[in-house]
Amino acid sequence: MFAIVREPIDVSAVEDAARIPGAGASVTFVGIVRATGEDGRSVAGLSYESYDAMALAEFEAIAREARERHGGIGLAIVHRRGELKVGEIAVVVSASAPHRAAAFAACSYTIDELKSRAAIWKKELYVDGTPGRWCSNAGEART
Amino acid sequence: MTVRVLAFARVREVLGVSESVLNVPSGARLCDLWATLCEQNPELGPLTSSTRTARNGHLADSTEILEQDDEIALLPPVGGG
Repeated sequence: MFAIVREPIDVSAVEDAARIPGAGASVTFVGIVRATGEDGRSVAGLSYESYDAMALAEFEAIAREARERHGGIGLAIVHRRGELKVGEIAVVVSASAPHRAAAFAACSYTIDELKSRAAIWKKELYVDGTPGRWCSNAGEART
Repeated sequence: MTVRVLAFARVREVLGVSESVLNVPSGARLCDLWATLCEQNPELGPLTSSTRTARNGHLADSTEILEQDDEIALLPPVGGG
């Protein structure tokens, strides 16, 4: 499952889609809209937009790379677009594998690469009503 | 000839539209298209070094020559996740 959606993401549906026969481990990353912006200001929400054709192609490319690195894994990626409020789920990456090490590694690799490569943009919208600001992941620490 | 131009995030806001069909001279390169857009929208200038360009869904070199019906996407630094 590789998708960009307007509606809220069903985390367990993404996990199910990533589940391979013979899985002994499932690791899921859930990205949530944070209340504090990059510069410390209070955030009301985030506005996401995407170039779907390129973003989805990148999801598939990243998944191919994760499989090459970590063998027989299952992977699913779903990202939301549109305006999200603080606390809402923006992205879900789920990986399954026979053992946990590969599932953890594949999930971590996938979200890191998604953030640096996928054609998706976000704008912070502030509680105080000041103009929003586009945020780039360039140079972001992988934490 | 005409090409379709897709703009995202800050570039979209500066252009005021997410999608447009533009006339370009035969033989024009991607960088010529960007230069024309910058002339019409001076606020684009500072975004030149950070904006990548895709042609028909693939990242493209600025020297590539445009063809009829190309889909050109103007891509600021990404911020997904």
